[in-house]
Amino acid sequence: MDFWSTLQLALRALARNKMRSSLTMLGIIIGVGAVIATVSIGQGAEYLIQQGIEGMGTNAVFISAGSNRPGGSRMGYFGVKTLTTDDMQAILREVPLIREAAPVVFTRTQVVYQNQNWNTRVEGTSPVYFSIRRWNVIAGTTFSDEEVSAAANVCVLGQTVARLLFPNQDPVGSTIRLREMPFRVIGVLQGRGQSATGDDQDDRIIAPYTTVQRKLAGITWLHYINASAFSPETARNAVPQIEALLVERHRIRNSDEADFFVSTQSEVADMANETQRVMTILLGSVACVSLLVGGIGIMNIMLVSVTERTREIGVRMAVGATENDVQQQFLVEAVTLSMMGGTVGIVAGLAGSAMIANFLRWPTLVSATAIVVAALFSACVGIFFGYYPARKAAQLDPIEALRYE
Amino acid sequence: MILTDTMHEPAAIRQPADRNGQAVIHLESVHKTYYLGEVQVHALRGISLEIHEGEMVAVMGASGSGKSTLMNIVGCLDRPTKGSYQLAGVDVSNMTKVELARIRNSRIGFVFQQFNLLSRTSALENVELPTIYAGLPPEERHQRARRALEQVGLADRAHHHPSQLSGGQQQRVAIARALVNQPSILLADEPTGNLDSRTSVEVMDIFQRLNEEHGITVVLVTHEHDIASYAKRNLEFRDGKLRRDVLVRDRMMARDILPTMKSVGEEDEEEQARER
Repeated sequence: MDFWSTLQLALRALARNKMRSSLTMLGIIIGVGAVIATVSIGQGAEYLIQQGIEGMGTNAVFISAGSNRPGGSRMGYFGVKTLTTDDMQAILREVPLIREAAPVVFTRTQVVYQNQNWNTRVEGTSPVYFSIRRWNVIAGTTFSDEEVSAAANVCVLGQTVARLLFPNQDPVGSTIRLREMPFRVIGVLQGRGQSATGDDQDDRIIAPYTTVQRKLAGITWLHYINASAFSPETARNAVPQIEALLVERHRIRNSDEADFFVSTQSEVADMANETQRVMTILLGSVACVSLLVGGIGIMNIMLVSVTERTREIGVRMAVGATENDVQQQFLVEAVTLSMMGGTVGIVAGLAGSAMIANFLRWPTLVSATAIVVAALFSACVGIFFGYYPARKAAQLDPIEALRYE
Repeated sequence: MILTDTMHEPAAIRQPADRNGQAVIHLESVHKTYYLGEVQVHALRGISLEIHEGEMVAVMGASGSGKSTLMNIVGCLDRPTKGSYQLAGVDVSNMTKVELARIRNSRIGFVFQQFNLLSRTSALENVELPTIYAGLPPEERHQRARRALEQVGLADRAHHHPSQLSGGQQQRVAIARALVNQPSILLADEPTGNLDSRTSVEVMDIFQRLNEEHGITVVLVTHEHDIASYAKRNLEFRDGKLRRDVLVRDRMMARDILPTMKSVGEEDEEEQARER
């Protein structure tokens, strides 16, 4: 008997018990749907993290002012005064893996424009910062090295600040006030949206670090240095070199007492990705368990079906069906059930991830691999769980089967 | 059951007169032994038998007489333990299961007591079943199934499901299914066992017509002597042996009997009339 006739037979047999067939399929539908949705959500999360990391610059190395123990109490991150621009110059000079570096100081302050005001983070840095972070202005310009040397009162606004202070006008060229000092707005940055940790990256003002150090924060040291290596690998390799250099420069005897902390984006990314992978594997295995349960459901129904249709099998054998024909028929029935369930499940999974993307504002990435794997897996479930019942049907003795009540 | 005077018929009578065709069924000292644990059950103890083309044979015997075993062997559902069986000149006693399935498909048409039609499946599709396993293309399947339904007078019921048909009609669909691959023999196991007397005669009419008009060889198993008398030849089994093999002398023809029988409807009317 050719395959097409077998398939027709199977479809007819399944159509004879529509309710039962669809309930059996439900197990597979839920399993496949869950797998697809889970993987989409997981990949969406990975995409989010990737985006955040790219925002920081993929080759970034952060040298943060860390904790030391003045008199036994630790100060926490950014709590020490020992990280300076001299350190930055030394790193640029002596660690050839580092291509460029920007000093960063920050403070929070009230910002006023006419009758509008807002409390935001003011970051002081050098022009290199914008290229390291690949963050450009959409209006005006960024400040220059000359303006940094002169500690000029100029600033670039993040989208959120620009929107709140200048609801109806172009901020570029206007003068805002920070701590009663006038600052000329020379540019507006591109929108960046939320960071991987959920902060609004656009809620900030960026000014020359010299200006922020002297006029706003009143400090001489740096909070961190945002450096950039030539590649993610060199970034990793640069970490011990920078550490060695700073240990020497800061005269630290015991590395446990380092007053700085060096990290790279890849470390952050690895950690975030690892967490994400664990979550995806966890959710995925729960989804796989439901696929397995769906498969057992198919096996169960096929066994019931074989018993119920014992006479039918006897008749088919009497009129000329071979063992192979019977086995094929039941196997194709099981695979048809699981494949149909798989197809509906894929659609359900896609719809589910679209809904999650829509309502939870969580990006979901549907991967073709997940769909192909789900389809293949559901076919395998059908073959695996359909084989035993089909074998059982094929090995019935026609005489016994015909006499079965 | 009176067997005394016919236990050993003269040879001349034992050989049916109208055996003009060749032997369709040729059994040569066929034995069948079952092993139930330690116990041996001799279901058939050396059966030799010839049934020729165009015959209509009724097989009789009590349960345990071996007639079912014989039918299973003749129907190629089972193989003899000893002896040989030639079906239409081909020795099938040592064939594999797959070969036997092919033989059943092409050479044998089964009719069962329980009809054994597939439920929720139209009459036409039921009749088509053997043609699917014969590997025929769909158009030819439909054509053959329609022709077979015409032969049993049910062309107008092709799209009815078994649940929408009467018992007699269901059995006729089953006969059409048995005919559809143009087999050498029609094997009917208690074909009237589940039918009332008039419907039984109607079914026997179909067997007789197929036998007379189309020359189809019919072998049927029955308990009932009157059903057996519609056949041309009766075989009687007891204790795994063929005890009697006779030609039917006063053969009944269903087409003569049917007009004298009241239909089910008429009987009901009469009963109602009596009640009034």
